[in-house]
Amino acid sequence: MKIVVLVKHVPDAQFDRHLTGPGNTTDRDESILSELDEYALEAALQISEARGGAKAGNEVIALSMGPAGAVNAVKKSLQIGASSGAHLSDDALAGSDAAATSLALAAAIRHLGADSPVDLVLTGMASTDGETSLVPAQLAERLGLPQVTFASSLDVDGDRVVARRDGDAHAETIEATLPALVSVTDQINEPRYPNFKGILAAKKKKIASLSLADIGVDASQVGAAGSWTAVETAEARPPRTAGTIITDEGDAGIKLVDFLAAQKLL
Amino acid sequence: MAKALVFIDNPGAALKKSSLELLTIARSLGEAAVAFNGELNDDVAAALGAHGATAVYRPSATDLDNYLVSPKAAYLAAAVAASGADTVLVENTADGKEIAARLGVKLNAGVITDVVGVDADGTSHKSVLAGSYTTTAKARTAVAILAVKPNSVDVDAPVGAGAPETITVEVPADAAANAARITGRTEKPASGRPELTEARIVVAGGRGVDGDFGPLEELADALGGAVGASRAATDAGWIGHDYQVGQTGKTVSPQLYISAGISGAIQQKAGMQTSKVIVAINKDAESPVFEIADFGIVGDLFKVVPQATEEIKKRKG
Repeated sequence: MKIVVLVKHVPDAQFDRHLTGPGNTTDRDESILSELDEYALEAALQISEARGGAKAGNEVIALSMGPAGAVNAVKKSLQIGASSGAHLSDDALAGSDAAATSLALAAAIRHLGADSPVDLVLTGMASTDGETSLVPAQLAERLGLPQVTFASSLDVDGDRVVARRDGDAHAETIEATLPALVSVTDQINEPRYPNFKGILAAKKKKIASLSLADIGVDASQVGAAGSWTAVETAEARPPRTAGTIITDEGDAGIKLVDFLAAQKLL
Repeated sequence: MAKALVFIDNPGAALKKSSLELLTIARSLGEAAVAFNGELNDDVAAALGAHGATAVYRPSATDLDNYLVSPKAAYLAAAVAASGADTVLVENTADGKEIAARLGVKLNAGVITDVVGVDADGTSHKSVLAGSYTTTAKARTAVAILAVKPNSVDVDAPVGAGAPETITVEVPADAAANAARITGRTEKPASGRPELTEARIVVAGGRGVDGDFGPLEELADALGGAVGASRAATDAGWIGHDYQVGQTGKTVSPQLYISAGISGAIQQKAGMQTSKVIVAINKDAESPVFEIADFGIVGDLFKVVPQATEEIKKRKG
């Protein structure tokens, strides 16, 4: 089984995050592997291990698109257990929206499948920076793959994929045939942490550096120029300030209702 | 004249408020039309007309609900072609955004999600990086696809026109080829409370509720609000994951958010900091939630919340 897991290097949500520059793009200092992608990687590792892992010819390739620093998301994935990595990086990719990103990633996945076909593409349910959830669906559309998204459970049996998708009103069972694209939620598993052995082993694993030329994409198709949307203005929201804080002296519930009444919220 | 196509998927017996909001936005952009999947009963058809829809485009296929997302995107692409629409409006749900995503690729059209307002020229307003920025974005393509959050506009009064013209759109024969099939569907029990992302009032609990959401549910019911939870509470299994507010859960911006027993770490703050008014109840005076609360109570939620519920019931008579 050959699995490609998409991993994104995103600004750490523990710190303040900023938009910057003429295209109002995300400032990527202080970035980490997107937490939501760890669930996709864990799902990939479990599927590979259930089939005998790397020894039995299973491959888990961590693919990231992004500037130089994004290779760190790939390295972290290798430490956690991916068998190899690929880093798609090109100055022309800067400012790509979901459509342009999915175009480049689709070409990169085709490139990775050139020698032996990719059976499964796994992604998180969203990035923790852009948060649009558009890329998995757009990638499936571009690759002509069945889309099994927001999976909160996933079984791969032969060439059949069965997943559970939890909506607000109902839960659905989704089935598709491989090759397929699956996005997973944070309910699907408990991602493992890299251990010492994994960190050492990662140093020997290969990371393919890919440029646009390598994957056959023209610079005009990606980046701000190739994007179908543009962020025109960005304004930092003024931080919220603390209001009235009281300590309960036995009547705080009443005071709360007084506050709600004064705010016309009752 | 500009034309906006609103996608309405299986509304059942009556249109949802969010669909009427999309129709209101459509009319503010130009002529409003509807792409309608599912059974169209007379009342719903009349309501569509009353809210300004001049035409309803229905799919030739009746099995779109048996597949995940992609055949619906194929049908919508055909409906956009038939109607000549230059804007497509969908709900900002998981399905809505993914239908928008695939439709975007099919039509070479820009997609903007999480929209909270649309100007007459199509400029969309949204909030990004967990509410820390507000941005405007615009599609640079001939067709724009916008996924709009609920409660973004006030619904216009009905204009009183008759039932709109109905047109059947041919769904491409290969629309379901390579689509994932939905082979089972279990309805979840309805709580009777408003939907979390649409509620005017949200009462949310965290680690401090210690497994007992009862008092918060009673307060939510007294206020007519929805119940939410922090990740600590959903991870502990005290309440379903659907109720999670935060970075990896739902983003809410109600008129009133009452946070009880939640420390307010960044992961939770990300899902609620655009709420109009925030009330926090926590035993620990050092909890970060107090930094963003309009009204904070340092105290025991099991004393404060029931007292507030009783007082609200008393005042509402």
